[in-house]
Amino acid sequence: MNESSARIEQFLHTDPRDVGCDQAMEILHIYVDLVAIGDDTEARYPGIAAHLRACGPCAEDFEGLLAAVGDWPLHTPL
Amino acid sequence: MGQRDSGHRCTTTAKPDLDPESAAWVAALSDTSGRQYEEACERLHAVLLRIARNELRRRSSDTRITGPELDDLAHQAAADALLAVTRKLLDFRGESRFTTWAYRFVILEVSSKATRHFWRKPSQTLTAEDWDRLPDRLGLDPAHESQWRDLVRAFRQAVDEVLTEHQRQVFLAVVLDGVPLDVLVMRWNTNRNAIYKTVFDARRKLRAYLVTNGHLDRKAGDNT
Repeated sequence: MNESSARIEQFLHTDPRDVGCDQAMEILHIYVDLVAIGDDTEARYPGIAAHLRACGPCAEDFEGLLAAVGDWPLHTPL
Repeated sequence: MGQRDSGHRCTTTAKPDLDPESAAWVAALSDTSGRQYEEACERLHAVLLRIARNELRRRSSDTRITGPELDDLAHQAAADALLAVTRKLLDFRGESRFTTWAYRFVILEVSSKATRHFWRKPSQTLTAEDWDRLPDRLGLDPAHESQWRDLVRAFRQAVDEVLTEHQRQVFLAVVLDGVPLDVLVMRWNTNRNAIYKTVFDARRKLRAYLVTNGHLDRKAGDNT
């Protein structure tokens, strides 16, 4: 396979484990908490991980929430 | 697309034990009659507002939202998020920290409001399809045109032959025009998942066509 074919192959790649936006957003907070503590989210939620690799808008929301948790750590006492 | 990840089970039954901070937030926000509720709302709003501002700044290279407009959107996002948190408090099942659950609302509000803003901005014109842009959109090097000329021709033929009209419209808007998924969601009054699945299915069908016709290699697991 030449470089051009590889690029198109990569562009058309889909992961059958990808769960889609609805499920990813439904548990985004759970996923982010696990990422923040260093849990192996790839193993626990392979379909979410696959989705976040493929979906730009959901990945952006994930990055935003992870940044928020980092800026305002998990321990935000009342 | 795939099945629900087995790591997550939605339940409507008993909440797991909350960590002390989450429990304190939930307790303060549960009784809406007291001063404690007002103070908790004020405190949460202040945090949500700062998160909204930071998030809008983080996205500003894409959205071009700055200055007073950014601050105005941040206030709207924080207010809407606080309303959502207080209205949906019973939905909090303790599967994450309360704060992470609450922050999700403001991030999603920012995401939605930034999309609306992008939609109002004319600088990224949504034009009709322009096939000449396809090689560039696919990241193909003009110097290697002899490598990809036939493949791109087959790709275009596949778009015409195997996609439904709806799939074709969505795919071309995303691929050729570079329209963000969330802008299409607004344009067609649908949801992100529906647009994403349309593009997902289109990619799968296009790849299957190109494999069947010998333009791409079959891979292990292919059932095309």
